[in-house]
Amino acid sequence: MSETLLKVSNIETFYGPIQAIRGVSIEVKQGSIVTVLGANGAGKTTILRTISGVLDAERGEVSFQGQDIGGLTPDRVMRQGICHSPEGREIFPFLSVAENLMMGSFTRSDKDEIARDLEMCYGYFPRLKERAAQRAGQLSGGEQQMLAISRALMGRPKLLLLDEPSLGLSPLLVTQIFEIVKRINRERGVAILLVEQNAHIALKTADYGYVLEVGRIVMEDSCAALMEKDDIKEFYLGQKDSGARGHRRWKKKKLWR
Amino acid sequence: MDDAARLLQLVVNGAASGCIYGLIAFGFVLIYKATEMVNFAQGDIMMLGAFVAYSFIHQFGLNYWVGFGLAILVTALFGFLLDAIVLRRVIGQPQFAVVMLTLGLAFIFRAGAGLAWTYDSVGFNTPFTNKTVNLGGLVLGQDNVSILVGTLVLCGVLYLFFSRTRLGVAMQAASQNQLAAYYMGIPVRRIFSLIWAISAGVAAVAAVLLAPVSMIDVNMGFLGIKAFAAAVLGGFGSIPGAVIGGVIVGVVEQLSGYFLPPGFQDVTSNIVLLAVLILRPEGLFGKTIRKRV
Ligand SMILES: Nc1ncnc2c1ncn2[C@@H]1O[C@H](COP(=O)(O)OP(=O)(O)OP(=O)(O)O)[C@@H](O)[C@H]1O
Ligand SMILES: [Mg+2]
Repeated sequence: MSETLLKVSNIETFYGPIQAIRGVSIEVKQGSIVTVLGANGAGKTTILRTISGVLDAERGEVSFQGQDIGGLTPDRVMRQGICHSPEGREIFPFLSVAENLMMGSFTRSDKDEIARDLEMCYGYFPRLKERAAQRAGQLSGGEQQMLAISRALMGRPKLLLLDEPSLGLSPLLVTQIFEIVKRINRERGVAILLVEQNAHIALKTADYGYVLEVGRIVMEDSCAALMEKDDIKEFYLGQKDSGARGHRRWKKKKLWR
Repeated sequence: MDDAARLLQLVVNGAASGCIYGLIAFGFVLIYKATEMVNFAQGDIMMLGAFVAYSFIHQFGLNYWVGFGLAILVTALFGFLLDAIVLRRVIGQPQFAVVMLTLGLAFIFRAGAGLAWTYDSVGFNTPFTNKTVNLGGLVLGQDNVSILVGTLVLCGVLYLFFSRTRLGVAMQAASQNQLAAYYMGIPVRRIFSLIWAISAGVAAVAAVLLAPVSMIDVNMGFLGIKAFAAAVLGGFGSIPGAVIGGVIVGVVEQLSGYFLPPGFQDVTSNIVLLAVLILRPEGLFGKTIRKRV
């Protein structure tokens, strides 16, 4: 099959004395969408930060296109072709929408291509075009999310890291954004590593998924297969009644390890 | 009639020295917005810029404009290295450490300038020294007018730089959200050093503009205190506010020197500073939206 783009091997990441990631391995193949599911505090954001170089893994390796990128600073990682749409959007509040997008293409000098990519982003999210001159801090949460994704796209990523794009959005907007995520993947051939709590939409969008619990991967499979698993149905898709949850969760967790 | 002319002259003189405060205040605010550090050595960087210009123009006998340009470049490079070598290491330390460090640096700069140049007052000739310009009957010193024009031109250039160029916008971006700037591939550390370079370069411009009206000596950096008042008046986060704050401090200072008993002029800036902190701590142009970090 297709080549491996990103390979995360057995990373362990700490916040001071607190170990957030306890030996995680993830692979993203060229042109695929991979998702990492997990509850609050499971360590999803920490994995993305480690890939981006904001945090350094104490142990383990991160390689991109066969090259070790573990020790690089975040700006160098981005220049390798990994763009990050972070948790909380992190837009530049006092810059206009257009300037935010311009910052997404900071590292590029191919003017015509940049202009074309800008039109592409405006095509995906016409709302941004209408508000191009407006301060980004004045956008609604959903619009800021569109901006964060578009800004990352403006860097022409080979791999796009998306941290909970569904957070705080209406169900309709979530559906729309994930349709666009799929289109970005199909039309531009961009590989995507998607971190989500909304397992429904993530499993529908991605090709392959990992389930993360307290810093460890407890399950991985193709998304089609994951959707059929009882544990996933129960804990992440919420398809069983809640009465038996606590007890069963304990049992199942034991099975996973 | 005479009184009106005299008043106008006072205002022009005040605005001219106010521009100098404003340019130093600009450096305070630019660095603060980017790195949350208050650089108390800003006035003394101006003093170094003045001595560098003195060397080029007086000691080496270079053309005024060539010396001006070189002084900006050398001082900017000094600012860049100062950040890259020294201040980068204290980012994230408590404010107190930063304050002590920059106050200490200011002390070192004064001693260094005294040793490298002189503890005496010196000066150099400029095209504007001891000349006047007649604006429809109003006679003004070219020295003061050159300060006003120079500041206006510089502000225009800086405005265009920060709003129109990719690097300028990236500096704004890095000041607003450092982490996101990193994610965009912006080399944030180098950008911060460049911000120090610009602040120092602007201080050098202030120093050269000031040359026709003031002698150069190791203690001239103390006018940084007035600049600090200007920055606070402007809201300590607004760049246009800093420059306008400087002009206000300068004009109030001149007028109080004229209308109030002797001695008041020197403390005006302190009074302005206190008044702002008590009455309107967010400054005249302060924003109610705080930046997110
Ligand atoms: N800056 C920090 N300092 C200390 N501990 C942190 C920090 N950020 C996260 N943690 C801890 O690391 C663990 C993983 O956090 P992380 O943000 O990666 O979770 P997450 O899976 O992204 O959660 P969510 O779905 O809520 O975003 C949590 O236990 C959290 O408390
Ligand atoms: Mg998270």
